Amino acid sequence: MSITVQATNRPRLARLVRLEWDNVRESHVLLAPEGVLVLNRTGATILRLCDGERTVEEIVEELRTKYDRVSGDEVGDFIGKLAARRWVVLGDG
Amino acid sequence: MDRPFGMLAELTYACPLHCPYCSNPLNLADYKDELDTEEWQRVLSEARALGVLQLHLSGGEPLQRRDLVEIVACARGLGFYTNLITSALGLSRRRAEELKSAGLDHVQISIQAEEQSLSDRIAGTPSYERKIAAARMVKEMDWPLTMNVVIHRHNIDRMGRILDLAERLGADRIELANTQYYGWARRNRAALLPTRAQLDRAEEVVREARGRLRDVMEIIYVIPDYYSKYPKPCMGGWGKNQLTVTPNGNVLPCPAAHTLELPRATVRESSLASIWAESPLFNRFRGTDWMPDPCRSCDRREVDFGGCRCQAFQLTGDAARTDPVCHLSPDHEIVAEVVRTANQEENRDEDELVPRVMTVRGSNLPTADISENERSMS
Repeated sequence: MSITVQATNRPRLARLVRLEWDNVRESHVLLAPEGVLVLNRTGATILRLCDGERTVEEIVEELRTKYDRVSGDEVGDFIGKLAARRWVVLGDG
Repeated sequence: MDRPFGMLAELTYACPLHCPYCSNPLNLADYKDELDTEEWQRVLSEARALGVLQLHLSGGEPLQRRDLVEIVACARGLGFYTNLITSALGLSRRRAEELKSAGLDHVQISIQAEEQSLSDRIAGTPSYERKIAAARMVKEMDWPLTMNVVIHRHNIDRMGRILDLAERLGADRIELANTQYYGWARRNRAALLPTRAQLDRAEEVVREARGRLRDVMEIIYVIPDYYSKYPKPCMGGWGKNQLTVTPNGNVLPCPAAHTLELPRATVRESSLASIWAESPLFNRFRGTDWMPDPCRSCDRREVDFGGCRCQAFQLTGDAARTDPVCHLSPDHEIVAEVVRTANQEENRDEDELVPRVMTVRGSNLPTADISENERSMS
C-alpha cells in the first residue's frame, strides 16, 4: 500500500520510529514498534533528508547532486509506502 | 542463516493481574531463579552482536523488576529499539520519568475492556483506573503509546467502544488480538473462543474504524486462528526472525516452545549465538525440510511455514505435524469440533473463566489435572 505524495509535502520521520546505523548488518535501519526496515544507501539518504523542512521536490533535487539517476516517482513512492505504514508523516504542502 | 531482528525478554513471570487468557507457562515455579542484572546485560550485548534490533521487555509484569531502568539504559546504549509491554501497574510518574531518561522508546499498555467493572473482573484485580491514568501520563510525556487488548467472547462485542477509548486516550496504535490458546488460556478455551457471528460483527467494526481513523491510529486486529483457513505464520518462521528469553535464561524460538520435547537451551550454559545457530531446539523446525505433507508440497510453505509447532504439538501430540488449524491438515477435525461447540447456543455462557492463579515456590501446581498437550484428543 502506498499514499500519494505531493512534491510540496515536507515529510518527516514519525515520532515512534528511529533511524539508526546497524553495525552488524552494516546498513542503516529504520526501527519501529513492530518492525525493522533494512535500508539501502539511497533509502537511508532519502530518510535523512526527511526533516520536516525540505519539500519532496527539494529532496529529489538534493539527491540529484549525489546520484546520477534519480527518479522523482521512485522517491515519492518510497516515501508514500512509509507514510502508509505511518513511519513517515507527510507534512503539509 | 538469517539473523534475528527481535527479542522478547521475559524479565519475570511475576504479575499483579490474574487474566484467564494468560499464555505464560503453567509451571511458574520452574522460573523463579531469574537472571540477574548482569546476566541480562550480557544477554543484551550478545543479542545485539547477533543482529537483534528490537527489544520487547515483557513478563509477567516487567515493572516488577527493580532493575528495569538499568536494563533499559543498557539496551539503549547498545542501540536497541526498546518497547515496554506492561499492565501499567507500578508505572508511577517517577518510574516513568526514569524510564524515559534511560531512553525507553515505546510503551504498550494492556487493558481488558473499555469500562471499569469488566476490565477489573477479567484482570482479576482492581486495575482499570490506574491503567487509564498511566496511559494519559504516557501521552503527556510525549511517548508513543500502543494500547493492547486481548479479545475473547466476553469483550469482542465491545470493540467499537474499546476503539473509541483508544482514540480518546490518543493512542498511536491499538492491537486487538484474539486470545492465543497456550498456557493458562488453553484451560479457558471453551469460555474464551468467540462465535462466528461475534467475529463477523467485530470485523465490520474494524473495517469501519480503519477507514475513519486512518490518519489517527494504526489498528492491528488478529482473528482467532481457529477460524482461519490457513494457519498463522508462526514467528515469521522458526528460528528465522525472532527469539525469546525466559526469566530464568531459557532461549526459545517462540514463547510457547517450552512445551515441546526438545533439549533445553539456556544462556547460563551457552552463548546466544551458539544457541541460535547450533541448538537442536532452533534447528529442528528451521526451513522447510522437516515438513510433512500436505505442507511439503504446498505453495504456501514459505508463507505460513506449516503454522504453529506448539499448537500442532498441543493438539496432536506431534510437533512435526501440520498445524491442525489449516483446512488441509489431516487433523483439522480437532479444531473444527472446538469451533462447532463454541457456536452451539446451548453451550454459551456455561463456561466459567478461571482466573490465573500464581504458584508460590515449591507449592503443588494448581493445574495438575490439565496437561499442556492434548494427546488424548488425537
